[in-house]
Parts: sequence; structure tokens; C-alpha cells
Amino acid sequence: MGLIDFLKRIEPDKKKSPLLHTAYDAFFTFAYAPNTVTKAGTHIKDGMDLKRLMVTVVIAMQLCYLFGVYNIGHQHFVAAGEYLGFIEGFHLKLAHGLIKLLPIFVVSHAVGLGIEFYFAAKKGHAVEEGFLVSGALIPLIMPPDIPLWILSLSIAFAVIIGKEAFGGTGMNIWNVALLARVFVFFAYPLTISGDQCWVSGYEKIAEGASVNYGWWHTGFFNSIFEALGLATFDTSTTIVNGFSGATPLALAYEGGWAKVTSVFSENQMIWGAIPGSVGETNKVFILLGALILLLTRVASWRIMAGMVVGLIGTTWILNALGSTPFMTVTWTQHMMMGSFLFAMAFMATDPVTAATTNKGKWIYGILIGFIGMLIRVMNPAYPEGWMLAILFLNTFAPTIDYFVIESNIKKRLSRA
Amino acid sequence: MSPIPKIEFEVGSEVKAGDILFYDKKRPEIKYCAPVSGELVDVRRGEKRSISDVVILADKQMSYRKWQTPDIHTCERSQLVSFMAECGLWPMINERPFDVVPELNSVPVNIFVSTFDTAPLAPDNILVVAGREEAFQKGLNVLAKLTSGKVHLGLDGRGTKPSSAFTDAYNVEKHWFAGPHPAGNVGIHIHHTAPIKGNDKVWTLTVQQVITIGQMFLTGEFHADTIVALTGAELREPKYVRTYQGAYLGDLLKGNIQGEDNRIISGDVLSGHQVSEDGFLGFKADQVTVIKEGNNYELFGWLLPLAPRPSVSGTIPAYGGKDFEFNADTNTHGEKRAFVVSGQYEELLPMDIYPQHLMKAIITGNIEKMEGLGITELTEEDVALCEFACTSKNPLQSILRQGLENLKEQI
Repeated sequence: MGLIDFLKRIEPDKKKSPLLHTAYDAFFTFAYAPNTVTKAGTHIKDGMDLKRLMVTVVIAMQLCYLFGVYNIGHQHFVAAGEYLGFIEGFHLKLAHGLIKLLPIFVVSHAVGLGIEFYFAAKKGHAVEEGFLVSGALIPLIMPPDIPLWILSLSIAFAVIIGKEAFGGTGMNIWNVALLARVFVFFAYPLTISGDQCWVSGYEKIAEGASVNYGWWHTGFFNSIFEALGLATFDTSTTIVNGFSGATPLALAYEGGWAKVTSVFSENQMIWGAIPGSVGETNKVFILLGALILLLTRVASWRIMAGMVVGLIGTTWILNALGSTPFMTVTWTQHMMMGSFLFAMAFMATDPVTAATTNKGKWIYGILIGFIGMLIRVMNPAYPEGWMLAILFLNTFAPTIDYFVIESNIKKRLSRA
Repeated sequence: MSPIPKIEFEVGSEVKAGDILFYDKKRPEIKYCAPVSGELVDVRRGEKRSISDVVILADKQMSYRKWQTPDIHTCERSQLVSFMAECGLWPMINERPFDVVPELNSVPVNIFVSTFDTAPLAPDNILVVAGREEAFQKGLNVLAKLTSGKVHLGLDGRGTKPSSAFTDAYNVEKHWFAGPHPAGNVGIHIHHTAPIKGNDKVWTLTVQQVITIGQMFLTGEFHADTIVALTGAELREPKYVRTYQGAYLGDLLKGNIQGEDNRIISGDVLSGHQVSEDGFLGFKADQVTVIKEGNNYELFGWLLPLAPRPSVSGTIPAYGGKDFEFNADTNTHGEKRAFVVSGQYEELLPMDIYPQHLMKAIITGNIEKMEGLGITELTEEDVALCEFACTSKNPLQSILRQGLENLKEQI
């Protein structure tokens, strides 16, 4: 083991430079599973640990990442009325997607892990793995054009106030990724609401507005594409007449399912070639990710099933009322729009912030489905409800557990 | 918890099997006796000069101290109790809650005996009871006299037919249990038959202990011979041996261990105790397990487990299905973390109990909640499987023990 001897030799002193040692330890345990053996208690341990748990979730969302990168580019060119086919301008779409998503990915990890490392060194314990998932989720739920300083601020807020203040991984009350998003939502609403935030790379979203290309577009990628004889980014591109950037949900709010399908086909919505958050649009890939989480039993099926039940039940009630066009949209149509499936697979199932008892998970899931649907359909100001519904139920998850546990205690006492 | 021994013999003196070797200074009425006859050669001491081992060089031919046993059909319960305390049988009894040797005035609402063990590589009780069926039944009859309720027998309902000593036993109530570990744990049987409530006491015994008690009442002698399973991947030849309670491991394992750097466990891998190669079999142990120490680094060991390893997680493929072969070592496979995953323990503990919330109540010292959540229904072996599987590597058995100690102090 040459490598391990070398790594052991360069280990920094824990007393002299705690931050450096924490960082070293985090990377060392990332590379090598530690050589610790069991002391008291069971002599053997399961091969599963928190790192593996977290990385399974990250793996499950990789397809969403792949499609998200493409779709950022695709939506960009759809606005210009160019390269409307799936394959057309594929390299440009990928390049534009990478230019937008990579900085968000890098910054969210740098800020989030930086803060985690600092607190771990301060508290003198190992870096915990929670941010591996939060850091991977955040780029998938932010608008591609978000200024990086707003992103940094939101992550700092989420990690410091939302997590470290409560004691770190496993102690937080609210989902860290959603807390970052809700911070942007309330502090900088213009960057994340309305129809316009999901189409990136323009000065503004209006007819005739011109593109906003930087060095990476015109300098870096164009020179590569030129050398390969491929089409290049064109700085004279403008937004095509009649383009609104409206998401299916905004359309549904205006005129029900008929209005949605006049712009987007069902296929398009299922396969995700629609404007929306980076990770939420491709329903097939989200379901594949959810399947990975369910088969490995990493995420709770009770929460997912509860949310589906909540959504279907609430839709039936709304359908029965049917007083606005949006209320007549059926539950299958609701699932095709917006971020319900993404929230169900990756957000609500966070084991730390969800209810922890099996009965509680059902209640938690159903209530998210119910409240999320109410916000989606009844609230005119904001056409999507899952972020707020999940954060709301995060707050009440301990209360739900409290009642489940109390009933268990009462049952036991009644035996005596 | 464990007794403070006051030794009755000097080093060098001869003892008979069944002679009172020492008594508990805290409770002098409870006596512990020698499992074999021979010369008392050594008294080993541990921390603060407390006695850790009393070593007897066993005779080839055992000589037994003869006891006059009371007739269980005619004697009073109190006579029976004082005889059992006097002749060293009393420590065979285990009392729940807390897993302790009961007080002499304690009357159990029920007595439970599990006739099968589902722990990893556990010995088959069909072999343990073979040839000693009469003693087993006699032991059950004695126990029936000691409880205000019933003697409950937990039987193996997983398919293979249990010994007729178990299925034909009388003076008992039989219950069948099926399923994977911990289905054979007596704690599970109690929970589903007559759960411990209020200040109730319940006694539990192993098949071997019932037999030892029965043999005393059949022969008037203390027979501590027992069947021990020598198990684990690091043994050249896993086998059953007939030996005595507290046997010297050096002799049992001699020449049978392969490789260096092994861990020797008196008991099973989930709740046994680590012992050294020149150590002794535990008081209740019916099994020795030898596995590899896992003190090696593993490149990306958390990401791509290449070698098959034991796991209940869906993220680790069970190579070749249910009966896949793997080598278990003592590596922790990860570092300790705060509780993150929920629902994991509930899946592995077939009881109406919320283990994670109970653990949190213990850690925060909330006595009322601990009791409400059923701490008195559990002992270490019941949560051992949860501890094995725990993603956050939390030491559930020692947390539970800490909670039980804490609760005991309050009573």
C-alpha cells in the first residue's frame, strides 16, 4: 500500500491546524474506509454507512442532472426559435447548460462544504456527509441564471441557520436544500418567480431581447466548435416573437389543461422538454431515480405513497368543486406538471426532516400532498406548492411523531 | 450487576463439582458453585484487584458433591428457593427487566424458555437436549413451582421439527415462532405472549440451564457439562464439543484456528464478549466464534464494496441471493454519526416499540419516557441486530444498558 503510506505521512497535526486536519480527514475517509474495529457491542457491522447512504441519493439524481444540463440549453434555444428538434444543436445546448450549471454546482459545494468543514473543525469532530446530498440537490432547484452571490448567500443561510445552529447533520429541522431555495424565494423573489426565470442566457425575457453570451460561449466553446466544424453560438440571436416562457403550471392556472396542451404536448411534459427547475422537468428520469431509492430502501416508500395519496385525494375534492379551470385538471395531469415528482422522490424523503415513525410518515406524506395541492391550485401568487408544503410539514413532523409515540406509550401504560 | 465474589477456598485446595466456590458479597445468600472438580490453581484479578477468574484444574474423573434435594411435589416454594440458592442453582435464573440474578424473594409472573436460537451460527438445541430429555422436563417442573403464572416454552416454527423433548414437554404453555433472527430471542417471545408490565418480573432461562437444574433434582449433583458450538470462518474445523461451563478456550481451540489476528468471541458475533485465547467460556455461553479482525483500510470501501459482506441494506447486493457466502470481519465499515435514518430499527425488531425514540430518551435521561417506550421489555440481545445494521454506527446495546442502569437506580 504505497499510496496509503504517503497519505499517512502528510497527515497534518490536529492540534496545530485543526481546519487543515478536518479537511484532510474528510478527504482521507472519502478515499479509504477507516480501519477501525468494533469494540463493545456487536462484533460485526453492516457494510452500510452514512457516506454510502448519501452517495446512493446522489447517484439516483444523476439522470436528472444529465437531462437538466441539456434542457437549460434546449430552453435557451427554444426562446430564440432555433434548434427546436431534440438532436439539433445538441452540442450547443450541452455547452450552454454546462456554462450555466457548472458554476452553480461548484459554488454551492464550495460554500456549503466550506462552512461544514469550518464547523467540524471548530467542534472537533469529523465532517458529516449531509451536505453531499444538499449540495447536489441545490443546483437542481435553482434558476439557471441565478447570480452566484445570491446563491452563496442562500446556502450560507441554509447551512448555518438551518443546520449547524441545530447541531449539524441529523439535527436539522428543515430540509437544507429547500431552505436555501426558500431564502431566495423570500429575499430575492424576482430571481426565482414568475414565468421568466427558467429561460437562461438573455438580457431579459421579452420579444426581441438579445442573448447574453460571455467568454465561455464566444471564446472557449466557439473556438472548439469552429475547429470541429460545428455550429457556433451566435451573438445576434434574439428572442422570437410570441415567446412567453410560461411554464405548464402558469398556463394551467390561466386556462386549465386545454391551455397547457395548446403549448406543450403530454409527451413533452413527461420527457421534460419544458421550462422549469433544472431537475424537475423530466418525469421519467425522476421516476427512475425514485425507483433506485425505493429498491435500495434508502428513501421511505411510505412518504412517497402518502404524497401520492394526498395529491390524488385533494385533486378529487378540487375536481368535484371545479369552480376554476385549474380545479378541473385531473391528478394524472397534475403529476405531469411542476415539481411534484421531484419533491416526492428527493425532497420529502429526507429522513432527518421527515416524520420518523412509520405511521407518522404516512400522515406526513398525505399532508404534504394535500397542502402542496392547495397552494398549487388555490394560490394566485405562486403556482407551485411543494417547497412550502414540505417546509411546513418539516416544522410539524416532530409534532406528528409526538402523537404517534404518545399513543404507543398510552397503549403500554394501559396494559399495566 | 455482576457479583462481588467472596471466595470460600484457598488456592491449592481441592474442590468437588457443586462445591460452593464463592458467594456474592452484596447478596451472601446467593451462592455460586464449581462446575468441575479439581485443584483450585489460580485466582485472577482485574481492575482494582476485583476477582475476574477463578481457575480450577479439572480432574479427569469428576467427583460430585452430593446434595439432598427437596421433593418438588411436596415441598414449599420457599424451601425450594432456599435450596436452589444454597446449592448454586440460583444464578442460573435470569430476571427481566435488567437481566439480573433475581432476589430470593422475587416471584415471577411468568417464566420463559426459548428452545431455539436464531443468532448467527448459534448451536442447535436439538443437540443440546439430546440424551438429557428427562432432565429438561424435570427442570421445567421445578420452574413451574417457582412462578405465580406459567412456564412458557418458545418453539421453532421455521420448518425443521424441534426435538420431541420440546414438543412433548408438559407442565408448560407452548408457543411457536417463525422468522429470521431475532425470532428465537426470548424477549420477542415475552413481548408477543405476555408482555412485561408495571413492576412485573419475568424469569428467563436457556435450555442448558433448565437441564442443569433438572439434573440436580434427578441426581442430587451439579452437572455443568454443556454442548458448545465452535464456529466462525477462522476455524479450520467448526464443530460441536461437549465440555463444561466456563471451559478453558486454549484447550478448546488448540490447533483449530487459522491465520493470525483473529477475534475470539464467547457467544455470537452480535452480543458475545471478546475473550483472549487463554480466556474462558462465559457463564452462559454455548458458542465460541472466531472471526478476522478487520483493521485494514479499504480503498473507496464505502463506495464500491467489492468483497461480499454482511448487510441488510438494499444498496449492497446480496451476491447470489439469500444464501450468499461472505466473510465477516470486525471492521466498523464507517464512522459513528448522529441518528439520520429512521425506520431501520423497527424493521429489525419485531416488537411494538420505537427503538430510535427509546434510544434518544435514554441519551437525554428521560426516565418516564424510557419506561413508556418499553425499555423494560428489552435487553442487549434484542437490539443487537439493530446495532449491527445501524447506518450511523450507534452503540445501541451499550446505550440500552446505560438506560437500564439508570432506571434501576431510580427504583
